[in-house]
Amino acid sequence: MSLWEFANPRKFMATTDRLVVPLFLLAALCLGTGLAWGFFFAPDDFRQGSTVRIIYLHVPSAMMAINTWVMMLVASLIWLVRRHHVSALAAKAAAPVGLAMTLMALFTGAVWGQPMWGSWWEWDPRLTSFLILFLFYLGYIALWSSVENPDTAAELTSMLCVVGSVFALLSRYAVNFWSQGLHQAASLSLDRDENISNEFWLPLLVSIAGFVILFVALVLLRTRCEIRLRRVRALELKERIS
Amino acid sequence: MMPDLGAYAFEVALAYAGSFVILVVIIGLSVLQALRSKQLLDETERRISDA
Repeated sequence: MSLWEFANPRKFMATTDRLVVPLFLLAALCLGTGLAWGFFFAPDDFRQGSTVRIIYLHVPSAMMAINTWVMMLVASLIWLVRRHHVSALAAKAAAPVGLAMTLMALFTGAVWGQPMWGSWWEWDPRLTSFLILFLFYLGYIALWSSVENPDTAAELTSMLCVVGSVFALLSRYAVNFWSQGLHQAASLSLDRDENISNEFWLPLLVSIAGFVILFVALVLLRTRCEIRLRRVRALELKERIS
Repeated sequence: MMPDLGAYAFEVALAYAGSFVILVVIIGLSVLQALRSKQLLDETERRISDA
């Protein structure tokens, strides 16, 4: 079986029909477990106290904010190169989810920053690049809704996605590029010595899994919705012509 | 059961409450949109097959 088979809307709808509900249930299970574990049972940090509990929301949402844009970039490139409508619709469907994740990362970061830095907001490289990413999401969604022809909209938004991916990458690596700024270095690392301790890492891992599965479930649900709306549009056009 | 959040109870509670609201809004809107699109497609298909 090839991945390109899912470029056929009929095949995509038939396959995802069986997946959406189990994915939502699995996401609820992982999110419930990870967040409850982190909130109720994980210890306080010796320096940041109980605010460390915000990490179980902040890190997964920030990761998903960037990764959603990367997914949109891949889908946009598939549209630009191979002209598969499902990929353009999947990118469109993912944007509001990415926007919500970016908003959550900015919000939890501000609430965490206030007691730790004494400020809700700083023009720190990572924070600023995330704010720009948030604006890119808004621009992307606005562009989709402002162009009537869906193929032209897909074309223009794909271009915007390619340009915006610079800021998605910048958001990811800003803490490595610039040593100045208040934001701490990445909490997660493949190096065991640099990674956070298991007491924090394990509930965080479950929470990240929950966010990833929720993202997949939401994108599938929203893509199915976009395919249906495209079908309605095609039927109405056919009706008008005949 | 409730952990002692100490001096930062307000910030931690605010972060969780705000995040849950964002999650509920995006999930709710997506489900609502999916139901509406299904209803719209069913109606359109029925109308065209009746005509």
